[in-house]
Amino acid sequence: MARRRPSTTPQHGGPGAARLPMTEVPLPGVDPAWSRTVSVPSTAPVEPVPGRRRRWHLLDNLVSLEAAGLTPRGTVLAVHGNPTWSYLWRTVVAAGVDARNPWRVVAVDQLDMGFSERTGLERRLDDRVRDLADLTAALGLDDATTPVVTLAHDWGGLISSGWALEHPGVHRGVVLTNTAVHHDNAEEIPAALRLALAPAAHGVLTQTTTAFLDVTMRLADPPLSPEVRWAFLAPYGTRERREAVRGFVADIPAAPGHPSHERYEQIAAGVAGLQVPALFLWGTGDPVFQERYLQDLVRRMPHADVHRFEGAKHLLAESRDIATPVMAWLEDRFGPGPTRRELHQQARAHAGDPFVPFHAELDERRGDPGLAVVDMAPSPGDAAAGARVPPVRASLSWAQLAERVDRLAAGLVGAGVRPGDRVNLMVPPGSDLTALIYACLRIGAVIVVADTGLGVRGLTRALKGAAPAWLVGIRKALVAGRALGWPGTRICLEDLDPVSRRALGVAHTVPGLLGSAPRTDLPAPEPDADAAVLFTSGSTGPAKGVVYTHRQLSAMRDAVRGTYGLAAGTGLVAGFAPFALLGPALGATSVTPDMDVTAPRTLTARALADAAGAIRATAVFLSPAAIANVLATQGELDEEQRRALGEVSLMLSAGAPLPEPLLEELQLLMPAAVLHTPYGMTEGLPLTDVTLAMIRQGRQDGLPATTADDLVGHPGVAGAGNGVCVGTPVHGAALGVTALGPDGTPADEITTEPGVTGEIVARAPHVKDRYDRLWWTEHLSTRLPGWHRTGDVGHFDAAGRLWVEGRLAHVIVAGQGVLTPVAAEHAAQTVPGAGRVAVVGVGPRGAQVPVAVAETVPPARRAGPADPSFTTAVRAAVREATGLDLAAVLVVPEHPTDIRHNSKIDRALLAGWADAALAGGRIRNP
Amino acid sequence: MNGKHRKSGDAPAFDASVVEGAPPADTGSHEVERGPRELGGKGRTVLVTGASGMLGEHVAALLVARGWTVRLLQRRHARLAEQAGVEEVLGSVTDPDAVARAVEGVDDVVHLAAKVSFAGDWDEFVLTNITGTRVVLESAREAGVQNVVFVSSPSVAHAGVSIVGEPARRADPEHARGNYARSKAAAELLALEADAPGFRVTAVRPHIVWGPGDTQLVERVVDRAGRGRLPLLDHGAALIDTTYVDNAAEAVVRALERIEWAHGRALVVTNGQPRTVAELIGGMCRAAGVEPPTRRVPGRLARVAGRVIEKAWALCPGADEPPMTEFLAEQLSTAHWFDQRETREVLDWGPAVGIEEGFERLAAYYRTHPLGAHDAPVPATGSTAADRA
Repeated sequence: MARRRPSTTPQHGGPGAARLPMTEVPLPGVDPAWSRTVSVPSTAPVEPVPGRRRRWHLLDNLVSLEAAGLTPRGTVLAVHGNPTWSYLWRTVVAAGVDARNPWRVVAVDQLDMGFSERTGLERRLDDRVRDLADLTAALGLDDATTPVVTLAHDWGGLISSGWALEHPGVHRGVVLTNTAVHHDNAEEIPAALRLALAPAAHGVLTQTTTAFLDVTMRLADPPLSPEVRWAFLAPYGTRERREAVRGFVADIPAAPGHPSHERYEQIAAGVAGLQVPALFLWGTGDPVFQERYLQDLVRRMPHADVHRFEGAKHLLAESRDIATPVMAWLEDRFGPGPTRRELHQQARAHAGDPFVPFHAELDERRGDPGLAVVDMAPSPGDAAAGARVPPVRASLSWAQLAERVDRLAAGLVGAGVRPGDRVNLMVPPGSDLTALIYACLRIGAVIVVADTGLGVRGLTRALKGAAPAWLVGIRKALVAGRALGWPGTRICLEDLDPVSRRALGVAHTVPGLLGSAPRTDLPAPEPDADAAVLFTSGSTGPAKGVVYTHRQLSAMRDAVRGTYGLAAGTGLVAGFAPFALLGPALGATSVTPDMDVTAPRTLTARALADAAGAIRATAVFLSPAAIANVLATQGELDEEQRRALGEVSLMLSAGAPLPEPLLEELQLLMPAAVLHTPYGMTEGLPLTDVTLAMIRQGRQDGLPATTADDLVGHPGVAGAGNGVCVGTPVHGAALGVTALGPDGTPADEITTEPGVTGEIVARAPHVKDRYDRLWWTEHLSTRLPGWHRTGDVGHFDAAGRLWVEGRLAHVIVAGQGVLTPVAAEHAAQTVPGAGRVAVVGVGPRGAQVPVAVAETVPPARRAGPADPSFTTAVRAAVREATGLDLAAVLVVPEHPTDIRHNSKIDRALLAGWADAALAGGRIRNP
Repeated sequence: MNGKHRKSGDAPAFDASVVEGAPPADTGSHEVERGPRELGGKGRTVLVTGASGMLGEHVAALLVARGWTVRLLQRRHARLAEQAGVEEVLGSVTDPDAVARAVEGVDDVVHLAAKVSFAGDWDEFVLTNITGTRVVLESAREAGVQNVVFVSSPSVAHAGVSIVGEPARRADPEHARGNYARSKAAAELLALEADAPGFRVTAVRPHIVWGPGDTQLVERVVDRAGRGRLPLLDHGAALIDTTYVDNAAEAVVRALERIEWAHGRALVVTNGQPRTVAELIGGMCRAAGVEPPTRRVPGRLARVAGRVIEKAWALCPGADEPPMTEFLAEQLSTAHWFDQRETREVLDWGPAVGIEEGFERLAAYYRTHPLGAHDAPVPATGSTAADRA
């Protein structure tokens, strides 16, 4: 049946390694052995003579599998869209030839497309579905005994879905990339397509010229190489060969009355009934198949695994590596044994105690007249002498808070908020936010907490990804939301005048919802239902959504309570966003200091002291950025305020390590406080705890013994040093490392052996449930079932303390092995004139050399090599401390940093810059 | 006998790359009846060609120290030949009679003699570097020599632009830049093709060898910087890996001792300590007591200027080499450093002298040999094989 089609163009010889007989254009990535043509009798309605044979071109890796002696686990039927061809799937075709996970991949060229026959007929959606059925019948796939999984892009999604619905006997899975199975006509179709469809432009854009092709080829990020672009254009060299490109665009069933509309609606409805495993891989930067088409698909197949590739454009398969996740998903779903998710869920840590809902404390105290939440007002400008009352803006007793939560819960349900609905809360920390959070959790709505520290673009990306159905915000947030297109039905925190209300599209207001009568009939959410979506900082790529269930939120509460002994009735200053929501759950009275919440750095010492004084707080949660400003403004404190801070017995700061001198200074301000700087991340917080005293001890233990006395008195602790000491695991948490091999890849075995550097992994009941719509990221992060891979590297010492050495992505893979940057950076920063220093690797992994990039005091005017004396001093300090040989020392006026913390250096960017700078040529600022 | 690492204060540690007595990664051993064994110098005679250059002299001296009987082949008498255990044949590698005399009764050959220059006539390069190598190889085989170490250059495999942490690739006479590199590339291919059971050949490519008494690089740099004729190209930030002469000599000798692992391969040898061009030039200048250059010229401009000057020089040559050839401009404005893993594993070797210690030794040398106190004519066709690129 398979006959190699004779060449239609003369061949000019040349090395034909990646050339097919029908074209002179080299096709990088294609094994010519995959190319085959099949003659298939057609049953498409459009055919004037039923049964006419049509010639198909395919890329099919069966030959390669047979040559390797592999029996495929199943078949992937890959269907391209317009105006691409099977070339789009070359990486998947290649990846199928894998002894550990063999899959036959049949990538088709649809009729009139690619190198398949030009039939000269106008093939509509129904014809194309029939064509595909004709082909699979001819290939024998209809009688397959192993699974057939469809893989599609663009309009191939609709066509392959039509095929799937008609082949339920063999069709076992769906993989879709930037496509659509339905457009609801409620919104306009994307502008790019509207233009191509406009009668005047249509023919010119799609057929007369190559404009449509050219535009599509540009929808890749990063841009296609010229060789790949030529390969895509190879089958569409002449106007005649582009005929179907026009026809395809004309067959977009945009409106009722279109000849294909009925068939289209039928397929779209059918997809909603597909129960087979599904994977949606989506580039979020696609101007055509925008994210709303993904939402539509998720509504139809809620069980689907979803991975969003942030920023990737329409030609997803060209923009990102999809072959690896596709093959991993096939292995996961169709290989032997349970899925990784199932294994992870079985093996993950669960709290030993019976589940206590997050709002249990609040329920118990619904009769308590004592203070639950307090919001501070700005401190009066002049610090008048004598005693004064700290300025409180608002406060709620436990009884008031409980009632507010009940009314809001009833109001939200009345407004239509259902369990599982995501609610984006754009409300500053304080009593309003607290009441909203507990109301949402009470009714099983999922809170989406995206902070403005992500920056406007990052925030918008995060919100579009999480796709909340509701947006509760202050007026300012709703105005921004309108301009930036944030999703969700609007609920305003304040009452609005009718004009603003209409302009902002506000459906409800919180004062309105509070008018609802409390209801006792609202069911409590399931412990394993989603409770919250938080976001990572975005300092290591786009911010990732992190999903917590109710059980995990409760576990976070218990970890904090168990580690820090926070008893009910404690007064707590909630100056650190993620923990701000814990106050009522802990039964603690929480006070929100007066500050600009978008900038933690604006918290002053006076505002902090006033907040502490207002409730006689003994515990303070602060962000690292806030601490720096508190210390900078401590001179403004009066006696009363100093006394208030003197009562604090526990200070907790998480988010980034704090330098020891800063902590020493803070200790002077809060002499009675034990200073804790726990280690953790959005995916699990806190994981370890450390105090200033432990940090001091750790530094001591890490010092080389210098005198005989030292040798006797302080024999040192094996593994101490070379990193930031973050202490020991918190209540309920287990930590370990997976040793890095010489190539920087972590092993599978978990160890706590002193001095062994590896990726830090954590297992705790309060670790995230999963990443949100990041299937591939989640898959990689749970490679060790039950454990979360943190992406950080570090090691344990003999005293069981963890030392963080940096990010896995930032380790330097040198010829002599893996080097981590943190200890070298600390050493470099001790050199006079050095500011913040990043040590990065330049050159190819495996042969990298370390390079220091320093900010200096005073700052360098422009980026470039450091002067010889500074270079010598930094190199000597680093060699002395770590044995590392720096190839070069560069200076920059300022490091590139992330927006949220304004503290984490963007090392990936810096490493790329250093690579270019040290390759020679002109140097620009990073 | 020399499998141990020789470390000094500022040399980086390379323990991870050491595999004691490891077999070669993929070269099929021809003697299956026994595992590979290191050669010892005792009872063996080695011919060193081009021993009047800095590297050749160090190699010959080291071979003597390791117990070899050493014979030298060069055109002018070398002082080393006055030492016990060293004999000398005067002549050119292009002269088959002289070479035949030199290889008689010899077990091993280290071939360093070459024409090394930034500029010059192609035919001269062909004669010395290609023909000379062929003569040495054929004479050696006929004389029953067992092992040959061909000293080559990393420039044989690179078509210009920057080299950032790359492994040693196959020599490429077609694309290598400049007459020296092209001719050495062809010679290296000849040498490695000659590798056979009973006649083992390896190629060692030291990159930018420097040290005390170096007339080729150090004195040129210092001399030009002293006269204000050495600008820094761009920021002088291109990373370049170099080889201190003692390390290069040790690596060449290790290649002979471990030829059972090394034969058939080309191995790039460096200190494994890339530094910016500005730092290297600055270090050499400071060691010699000369003010390092501060003037900056854009690299692209220097390349264009170099091309023009090169052409003009060809028409109307001066006494010295042209001040800036296109090749030199390219070398000084783009990165050149290498992946040393294979070399260190195959040779079971790590550099003993770190780059900072090298500069100290250079400074000590200049304290006893002040600049200008001796006549150091720059040879038009040097007979050292160190890569000057």
